[in-house]
Amino acid sequence: MTQKTKIMLALKLAFKNLMGAGLRTWLNVSVLSFAFVIIIFYNGMIDGWNRQSRRDTQEWETGKGQFWHPEYDRYDAYTIKDAHAPMSEEIQAEVKKKNLAPVLITQATAFPQGRMQEVIIKGVDPEQTVLKLPTVTLVPSGDIDYAIIGKRMAESCKLNVGDRLLIRWRDKNGTFDAREIQIASIFKCDVPTVDKGQIYLSLDVLQKMMGMSNEVTMLVAGNGFINKDLKNWDFKDSAFLLADLDKIIQAKKAGGSIMEGLLLIIALIAIFDTQVLSIFRRQKEIGTYIALGMTRPQVVGIFTVEGGAHSILATLLGAVYGIPLFLLLGKVGISMKAAQMTDMAIAETIYPFYSLRLIIITIFLVVISATIVSYLPARKISKMKPTDALKGKLQ
Amino acid sequence: MENSSIIKIEKLVKRFPVGKTEFTALNDISVSFGAGEFAGLVGPSGSGKTTLLNIMGSLDSPSEGDVDVLGRSVSSLSHKQSAKLRNHHIGFIFQTYNLLPVYTVYENVEFALLLQKLSGSERKKAVMDSLEWVGLTDKVKSRPSMLSGGECQRVAIARSMVKRPEIVLADEPTANLDSKNSHNILQTMKNLNRELKTTFIFATHDEKVMQYLNRIIFLEDGKIVKDNLINDSKN
Repeated sequence: MTQKTKIMLALKLAFKNLMGAGLRTWLNVSVLSFAFVIIIFYNGMIDGWNRQSRRDTQEWETGKGQFWHPEYDRYDAYTIKDAHAPMSEEIQAEVKKKNLAPVLITQATAFPQGRMQEVIIKGVDPEQTVLKLPTVTLVPSGDIDYAIIGKRMAESCKLNVGDRLLIRWRDKNGTFDAREIQIASIFKCDVPTVDKGQIYLSLDVLQKMMGMSNEVTMLVAGNGFINKDLKNWDFKDSAFLLADLDKIIQAKKAGGSIMEGLLLIIALIAIFDTQVLSIFRRQKEIGTYIALGMTRPQVVGIFTVEGGAHSILATLLGAVYGIPLFLLLGKVGISMKAAQMTDMAIAETIYPFYSLRLIIITIFLVVISATIVSYLPARKISKMKPTDALKGKLQ
Repeated sequence: MENSSIIKIEKLVKRFPVGKTEFTALNDISVSFGAGEFAGLVGPSGSGKTTLLNIMGSLDSPSEGDVDVLGRSVSSLSHKQSAKLRNHHIGFIFQTYNLLPVYTVYENVEFALLLQKLSGSERKKAVMDSLEWVGLTDKVKSRPSMLSGGECQRVAIARSMVKRPEIVLADEPTANLDSKNSHNILQTMKNLNRELKTTFIFATHDEKVMQYLNRIIFLEDGKIVKDNLINDSKN
């Protein structure tokens, strides 16, 4: 018998026996298919979130990378005071070409509705196109200094478009100053670090307020910017800038994998149990296979394939209800309104992303694990005496 | 015995462990079977009939002595060689039929051939021939659960004969059948024995079977007590 014939025979026998087992098979297959669909669904959701968050963070905050003043540390507010330097002619030329978006950052205090709140003020070039921020509304008009804020900031400060807000800051000499700014627009952004506690002013206005003519804290690189070596500026690539997001995603994946693992274990225990029962109940059949001329490894192979075939049926069953479900979720998305209140970069609606890689890895995982748990009880067959098996007297 | 021996047993001893002691199931058995015999091992329960049949079928191995089947020493065969011997040269018929429940009659009979290098058309011809011998060509698509006991045993006979083995070992083949079915089955096997010159060896204590045998070997407590050749057998 050729190897191909052996495999075909084992598969044929396996499916015949599985179909013959009726409800027992379908219960196992249902549980396994549920685990299969949940694994793909959850990972698809995380991947969708990851893709969406990365895209949003790049579009709204990090661009294709950032050049930081050497003193600047985004986790240390005390570094902001000294983290500024003038833009060289080379940088100004790139800014003009809209390849770089200059940003000046300072700390300040805002007084919304008579309350006091620490804020970060960012001066951004109104004509920049590197970031998605609606900076065009920052173009000065008369004596009014316009500002833009995010939806979260607007809600927390109870501010609306047209409202005036008193801000107080220290200039480069450490002198306090204050003035009123007017909210020109409120933008909706899924990246909390762009929104919460942030006020955006025109770069010129902030430079004048700070007495830092032509100075900036960082430069955000756009798609057109190729040079990654600007003298006296530290380049931070996307991997660095998105590291926090990656950590959150990894943590979510790890948390999810525990749930997936438990679900998979339940399904595998069901298969294991079925296999043990099957081998116990079908001793005469095993003896008959051997009497008809099969070797014991061949019989072990049949039972292993039979157990493993649960995973193939589970894949097919999972596809029957999983594909329409995934297509629907991919179209309407999953509401994440509650999660938007957190500090995670998460959109109001997440659109799951099911990659071919994810599907193949999941199928592989389910098939391999089902085959392993099927093989473990089947090994007992190799120790069976055919005469005892034929009598069905093994315990 | 007018024919050359295809099974030759010399000083066979078979012991089974029972707790810390051993039980001797077969003791100093020496016997030969020629090609085309229709012989029976007869004796009460526990006399060693099935054990002897299993050893001849290479399903079990002797504790002592030599058992040669078709020129191969059973005790020196590997698992793979034993399986090959059973697959190509020995057919089994069991008391409880041992048909595969999820398979149709056709598939049950075909099973033994799937392990051999035969083309689909060769297999089909062999299966249909075999089912014709036992008169079940109209039941090819039935499953064992849809058949009577007699029909199941005929399927088992067809399965044992489909590969045209030199030897068929039948363990109490009529024990679960009524008188009419028993005679039908035995007549079928007798015909196959005559037409194909296949050696049939039975383990039985059914008198109906004994009526058909050419040779009866009486076993008692693991020993051969009588070996009778019967020339005037039924049919």
